[in-house]
Amino acid sequence: MSRVALEGVTRKFGDVTAVDNLTLEIKDEEFLVLLGPSGCGKSTALRMIAGLEDPTEGTIQIGDRVVNDVEPKDRDIAMVFQSYALYPHMTVERNIEFPLKSRNVPKEDRAGQVLEAARMLDLEPFLKRKPAELSGGQRQRVALARAIVRRPQAFLMDEPLSNLDAKLRVQTRAELIELQRRLLATVIYVTHDQVEAMTMGHRIAIMEKGVLQQVGAPSDVYAKPANLFVARFIGNPPMNTVEGDLTDGGLRVHELTIPLPDAAAGAARQAGVRRAVLGIRPEHLSIGTDGLIAATVTVVEALGHERHVICRLEDDQMIIVRQPSSDPSPSEGETLRLSADPEHVHLFDATSGQRVDG
Amino acid sequence: MSTTDGVLAAGVPEFTTPAAATATIAAPKHRWGVFWRYLLLSVVALIVLFPIYMTVVNSLVETDEFSKKFFPTDPQWHTYSDAWTNGHVGNYLKNSFIVTFIIVIGQLITATLAAYAFAFLDFPFKRTLFIVFLATLMIPFEITIITNLQTVSESGWINDVFGVTLYDTYAGLAIPFLATGFGAFLLRQAFLGVPRDLQDAASLDGYGHLRFMARVVVPLARPTLAALAVFSFLSAWNQYLWPLLVTRDDRLRTVQIGLKQLRNTNLQDFNVTFAGAILAIIPLAVLLLVFQKQLVRGLTAGAVKG
Repeated sequence: MSRVALEGVTRKFGDVTAVDNLTLEIKDEEFLVLLGPSGCGKSTALRMIAGLEDPTEGTIQIGDRVVNDVEPKDRDIAMVFQSYALYPHMTVERNIEFPLKSRNVPKEDRAGQVLEAARMLDLEPFLKRKPAELSGGQRQRVALARAIVRRPQAFLMDEPLSNLDAKLRVQTRAELIELQRRLLATVIYVTHDQVEAMTMGHRIAIMEKGVLQQVGAPSDVYAKPANLFVARFIGNPPMNTVEGDLTDGGLRVHELTIPLPDAAAGAARQAGVRRAVLGIRPEHLSIGTDGLIAATVTVVEALGHERHVICRLEDDQMIIVRQPSSDPSPSEGETLRLSADPEHVHLFDATSGQRVDG
Repeated sequence: MSTTDGVLAAGVPEFTTPAAATATIAAPKHRWGVFWRYLLLSVVALIVLFPIYMTVVNSLVETDEFSKKFFPTDPQWHTYSDAWTNGHVGNYLKNSFIVTFIIVIGQLITATLAAYAFAFLDFPFKRTLFIVFLATLMIPFEITIITNLQTVSESGWINDVFGVTLYDTYAGLAIPFLATGFGAFLLRQAFLGVPRDLQDAASLDGYGHLRFMARVVVPLARPTLAALAVFSFLSAWNQYLWPLLVTRDDRLRTVQIGLKQLRNTNLQDFNVTFAGAILAIIPLAVLLLVFQKQLVRGLTAGAVKG
């Protein structure tokens, strides 16, 4: 396996910049997830690594060589597509064998390699079937087998789980993680599903409008989002945010002044920020009688293991509180007082959206 | 019309369940519809088949009984062997087969290559070129026939003008029909149905355009290719004007010209000419029976997808 590095990679389609100056290094044996909403450029970035799109600017390196001018077939990478891209007229066996044939692997070796890949993904009973006779999950495994049979330097996966139903997705997710660990593979995995990103990746790279927003371990990205976009994109339910003016006493939102942790307030003052956005994750809000923020409960969503209490503030802004099911449930229409854990408050510059509290 | 609509239209009381209504009222109505449809189809079939039937009858009766009998009481089977040997129908059929084979293979190859380019490659003026391809469908062959004839005769492909080989003669018969705008259009539509991801996957798997076309696109478009093959076969087999113009040696003539020849040389034995005509349509009849589905697909593909 190998490292993959992108240096200042840009891809333009006419006037539209799909990927803008992307610099990113994927380490050897790393599982990196490219995460972002649809149209953020993550798939284009992946296709450029594969060689299916040419970068307008920048260099792409796989292993030790720059591959900008190398044909896709010579880049020694394998890709798993969202649609699986299995050849419908070929049996599972021939699908898996297909990449070996083009590389002139001797016939006797091919059979062994196909069998090994099939065994690894429990596909042995289906070798003589055609893709149409398989379930979605089985097709997905055939696509994976076709990718691993070549033992490439890196695997590229473009939303490979999004065509599976929810239950199968959870199962396949675990299988993919296990496979990556077993093969010690370098994987670049594109998804718009943050749960996949959080659970699968060693690191997550979040993109928006072609620009890389933040790269980091899932827990770091969750705990310290670099900007407002990441803060709102990562986490379900999303982070609560309120905008206000920075004053000596804290953040002033309408009539209310929310005190800020000293470090955050100091950093904001040093950066010259006047208008800021305060963010707090739903699990860091608590319901009590002495809280600073008054809110009215509009909906209570009971999920079994936890509860989401959706409230409206006096200015009609929505705010979500996550609480364990063991806590007493508020009733709809009830007026509550909410308090925020100052340790977990995030502060962003309202103009640039960047995090100001380090 | 749905079952419920049918029930309401027939004024069935409300307490009748839709299933019961279908069984008691809608079904006979449906059966009459089928009856009339089949009656109409049978009448049309009779009208279409009658001349063919009379050709069979006339090929088996004595010349003086020609068109007087609707059933041969004393079938003259020798007319068929006469047509085959003395009338050279066997030889004409062989020529037709060779020329048709060359045309069908030629059209399949050129149409596949052109359709692949239009479906999978990006190049300047692609759209304009495709429209030009389509425009060729509007030009009747008769308009270009003089130019084609000149091209072919100057190339030395007509026999006995320059005394060239037999192969060249077949080439002369086939050459104007080796490319087909219709075929390129038909196959392009089919190729566009091949998911783009397959092309990407194949290019990562190490397959260039030609190998991707041969290993993935062509096998996936096999039904459409079969339809095109049947269609090409029919039009090549039924050609008359061009073979008449580019062949002068009777040994190289195709069956349609051969039949005309047969009539000229067998003025007394009209039944032999009829036998020849029947022999000439046998390959087509077999083809139609075997490839009915593909032919219908070929004829409707443009209408449905275009």
